Amino acid sequence: MTINWFKFASPAAFYPIAGRLIPWFGGIAAVLVLIALYWGFFETADRLGGSNPQKEYYRIIFVHVPAAWMSMWLYLVLAGWSAVGLVFNTRLSFMMAKAVAPTGAIFTFLALWTGALWGRPSWGTYWDWDPRLTSELLLFFLYIGYIALHSAIDDMRRADRAAALLAIVGLVMVPVIYLSINCPDPNQCAALHQRSDPGSIHPSILIPMLTMTLGLWSYSFAAVFARLRNIILSRESDNAWVRDVVAKEAV
Amino acid sequence: MIDFLQQGGYAGYVWSAFGMTFGLLLIEILQLRSSHRTTLTRIARLVRLRTPRRKPAAGAGQDSGAASAKP
Amino acid sequence: MLSVFYSVLARDILLALRRRTDVLTTLFFFIIVISLFPLGVGSEREQLQALGPGVVWVAALLASMLALERLFAADYDDGTLEQLLLTGQPLALLVLAKVLAHWLLTGLPLVLIAPLVAMQYHLEATAVWVMMAALAVGTPVLSLIGAIGAALTLGLRGGGILLSLLILPLYVPVLVYGAGAVTVSAIEIADTEPYFYLLGAFLLGALVLAPLAAAAALRISLE
Repeated sequence: MTINWFKFASPAAFYPIAGRLIPWFGGIAAVLVLIALYWGFFETADRLGGSNPQKEYYRIIFVHVPAAWMSMWLYLVLAGWSAVGLVFNTRLSFMMAKAVAPTGAIFTFLALWTGALWGRPSWGTYWDWDPRLTSELLLFFLYIGYIALHSAIDDMRRADRAAALLAIVGLVMVPVIYLSINCPDPNQCAALHQRSDPGSIHPSILIPMLTMTLGLWSYSFAAVFARLRNIILSRESDNAWVRDVVAKEAV
Repeated sequence: MIDFLQQGGYAGYVWSAFGMTFGLLLIEILQLRSSHRTTLTRIARLVRLRTPRRKPAAGAGQDSGAASAKP
Repeated sequence: MLSVFYSVLARDILLALRRRTDVLTTLFFFIIVISLFPLGVGSEREQLQALGPGVVWVAALLASMLALERLFAADYDDGTLEQLLLTGQPLALLVLAKVLAHWLLTGLPLVLIAPLVAMQYHLEATAVWVMMAALAVGTPVLSLIGAIGAALTLGLRGGGILLSLLILPLYVPVLVYGAGAVTVSAIEIADTEPYFYLLGAFLLGALVLAPLAAAAALRISLE
């Protein structure tokens, strides 16, 4: 099967496609999020027993973990489109990367916020210099840096490419940063690792968590496409097709 | 119902986590909507400015808010 | 090819030596920041010994970052940079030469002044040696990574603030292991070697990758 993907790589072709996809992704997101919320609040136990007993506040993981996953995934998407843009020199890739950044930053902030609210009742502190928290904070800085650099450069082409390069440099640095935060003492690094195995999580918790993740993932598609459409419109405002779109949609 | 809202005494934590999450997403949606509208009106204004004026009354229709209020 | 490297290096050093205040400003910034901390956090001996490595490293981060703004700025303003781009020599090599010159003028002085500021924090003699060694390996990494940021923010309004936003998160690994080595050296049984292996690995990685990235960034900025 050969599809000419470059056909969709033109902003003019992608604009209507994105417009048609947004309601679908938005609808799926709403349904999944509602299911996850219902399940998370009504089909789960109020208290968790075991070695680390948790009370009702553990429900925060139903947004915390999905937000954290999305924040990392969206950074990969951001860096990926940046790389595609730099290699193939396609305008749409840069626009896609730019459209992803604010949504990613929002999810990173949410992961930090919900993490703090979970940490307070379970660890007794809003903030701890735990490896995961610290890396999430640095990821937030990377997003902010990308957005700041992009908006500081007036020349659109330079802004796209400079921010793309920054995203890739950030991606290369992420493992190193993660390593340095995870094992600040290389003499005993291995002991500090902590892993959670998805198989060990009880299904009644795993299901709403995964549903919420899919919901937020779908939401991200909708939000990114919506932002992408705005970016396309304002950048291509000199073209005839935009004028037709404006004539159709504005009234 | 009260029990549900109290979340076993952790209402502040649980609801501010969920509230911030969906509040922010809602704000993002509203912001995207409004920026879509402003982009459209801005481009529409640009287009109108660039096309030569045939009717002298065209300037009166500049207020896009009033124009879109009429179905 | 090496002659190009040397000529850029010699030129940058010569230019900087004609304007010695720039070099001294960085150095005094470093000293002042370090001197301010005891005034803010109190001057108990143990507290300062615990804070010392981190404070010196953070000050080094800030000092090298402030100096970065000047790495390409003057050459950009007078058009030399565009000429360098047109020479047909590998741009990464030229960048490397500029970064080396920059480090010799702003990083090396920090290494040499470290014993003096370590005295303010009552650090032991071994800790001072470890600190100098760690700074000697770590500050080149800072200059190399910073060169990417300097190239990206070339000629932008408020470039300095932006540069700090872009670059400081990337400095974290050097900060963690650089300060970690000094802290650990105070413990008898602990071993500082792994810290130096890691810092050395960062230096090698940055030596290879950062000039390429900075050269790409320069091309983007000057296009």
